[in-house]
Amino acid sequence: MRIERRLTTPRWLVVGVPVGSLAAAFAAAAVVLLFAGNDPLATYARLFDRGFLAPGALTNTLITATPILLTGLAAAVAFRMRLWNIGAEGQLYMGAISASGVGLSLQDQSGPVILVGMIVGGLVAGAAWAVIAGLLRAYLNTNEIITTLMLNYVAGLVLSYLIFDSRSFWRDLTSSSGRVFPQGRPLSDAASWPGVLIALDPSFPLVIPFGFLVGIAVAALVWAMYSSTSFGFDARVLGDSPSAARYAGIKTRRVMVLMMGLSGALAGLGGASEIGDFRHVLDPRGLQQAGFGYAGIVVAALGRYNPFAVCLVAFLIGGLANAGFSLQGPDFPAGLVGVLQGMILFFALGGELLLRYRVTWSRPRTAAAAA
Amino acid sequence: MNLNDSIVVVLTASAIFYGTPLIFAAVGELLAERSGILNLGVEGMMLMGAVSAFWGVQHIGGPDWLVLLLATLLGGAAAMATSLVHAVLSVGLRANQIVSGLALTIFAGATGLSSYIGNVAHVGGQPARHEFTSMNVFGLGDLPVIGPILFHHNLLVYASWALVILAWFYLYRTRTGLHVRAVGESPETADVMGVNVALYRYLHTLVGGLLAGFGGAYYSLAITPNWIDGMTSGAGWIAIALVIFAFWRPELTLVGAYLFGLFSSLGFVLQAHQVRLPPEVFAALPYVMTVVVLVVVSTGWAKQRLGAPAALGVPYVREER
Repeated sequence: MRIERRLTTPRWLVVGVPVGSLAAAFAAAAVVLLFAGNDPLATYARLFDRGFLAPGALTNTLITATPILLTGLAAAVAFRMRLWNIGAEGQLYMGAISASGVGLSLQDQSGPVILVGMIVGGLVAGAAWAVIAGLLRAYLNTNEIITTLMLNYVAGLVLSYLIFDSRSFWRDLTSSSGRVFPQGRPLSDAASWPGVLIALDPSFPLVIPFGFLVGIAVAALVWAMYSSTSFGFDARVLGDSPSAARYAGIKTRRVMVLMMGLSGALAGLGGASEIGDFRHVLDPRGLQQAGFGYAGIVVAALGRYNPFAVCLVAFLIGGLANAGFSLQGPDFPAGLVGVLQGMILFFALGGELLLRYRVTWSRPRTAAAAA
Repeated sequence: MNLNDSIVVVLTASAIFYGTPLIFAAVGELLAERSGILNLGVEGMMLMGAVSAFWGVQHIGGPDWLVLLLATLLGGAAAMATSLVHAVLSVGLRANQIVSGLALTIFAGATGLSSYIGNVAHVGGQPARHEFTSMNVFGLGDLPVIGPILFHHNLLVYASWALVILAWFYLYRTRTGLHVRAVGESPETADVMGVNVALYRYLHTLVGGLLAGFGGAYYSLAITPNWIDGMTSGAGWIAIALVIFAFWRPELTLVGAYLFGLFSSLGFVLQAHQVRLPPEVFAALPYVMTVVVLVVVSTGWAKQRLGAPAALGVPYVREER
């Protein structure tokens, strides 16, 4: 096999490779399923049904897709800069803690005030958590892969501490069940984020969560930032070639920290949306089981760091995750979603080769042919 | 008071006990990184090793030592098979090694294949039929102080010491070891010299997987003789940090691993001695200390003198030489 770098990438390949990777991943996962004694076609049919077709499925998929969209954008923004922010999970937790804290403190205010407060809280907390790793990377040259990951675990422990091992502000200490069983304080109804109701079919109402719309708006803003602002230009240069950026006088360390902050802010917003759109209470177990931070990485890679592609892929992966949650049981073991996500990522990575290089198969020249 | 019960002795012995899986995983990752391949899938591979080894002890019959040996090997093999995917992607397909390693952890890790196998094969829920128990080496385990620290451990601890010596000898005293170090520093040069860069990278990634599998098996066969979903709780990531902390030298992984074993066990011991702090503080200690240690080690001074293999994480494309 010989490979040579491509100068340009054909259009059809840019879309074809991710789609092909998805198809290949499902085919490979079908083999795993067969091995485990499940019927792959039936399993996929159930996944598709629970993800997109069943009554209420589309709404649930959008609810699941929203944090994945935001963590996907977070990962895309960072990875494009070669800043390997794996901490979206922890940044999401901190955003959720902050947003629920704001929501609980502003109980008596009106809906829009709480909404803005929660969004800001999520953004700030997520950004702050990421900036820790960003500063360590920019000024002390510390590998951000390890630091963001370690901070994930710490954030998870903070979450546990607040609900399970302390009498904190977030904890429900008044209700009868709350006094016996550690759980979070539910937010007031005014703190529920609005949804857009689209009744295409009266029996299948579709509610688009506010967070999802915010996510799409954010994707557009990120795209605009990259294409039209000087900061976005600096970021792109830094991502492509740090030495060129330095020669050009770009303040590389500042850009690094700011981009980490942006990435963390997006993940934190995902956490805020989880609380505002869906859970309305700080639920450590649920947040940790969902693994939205890691799903975001899969989405970003499959979408090749393009904000709009990330939106589309987040919808698909959200459907998969939603179907996985609702199907969990003895005949649909947990772990299948991770297997599928991992495989999609593998094939997307393998497909990258086709995008960057032209592959030719040549025969080794034999002595007879040379003669 | 019995000297053996003093807090120093208990902590040291405990540090060695909890640090051992990190040694296996770190030495494995070290070998892979020395060949230039960054494998972030250690956490996933350790979990594959843990679940497979546990399945082994529950389903293989025979004398104690044979079952444990086979189960550990099975764990290593499962992890090695998983690492093959990363090897193919990184070496064969020149993929981004960081994302590939992450994909491996997502695929095989706590909500992935290891969990799937755990459920589908009905592993877990029952304690292990065989486990690695503490041995009393030559009866020396009864000596005061050094007895519990050095001579009262399970077989895998002693295997890890042998591994470190072997790895050091391999890297610094054999020709193959020299070649692998060359491949990691400058694959172009090694290629010109006739060293098969791809083969070295494949083999060392696979060995890294094998050792990570042994480290994972330690969790399900020695620490908690059971299978729990995600039972390594980030040990694989700490092992990756340990490689950096050890400046890519096998002998220094001992220092790092036991230090982190100390942090992991500090919680239990302090609680037993009535130190009152929320359990999360103790649980967070290894992770926070990893960050602190990494910061110290990564500053410019250290990096200039004892840095990473120069070609780490960079795919080698001969046509672009």
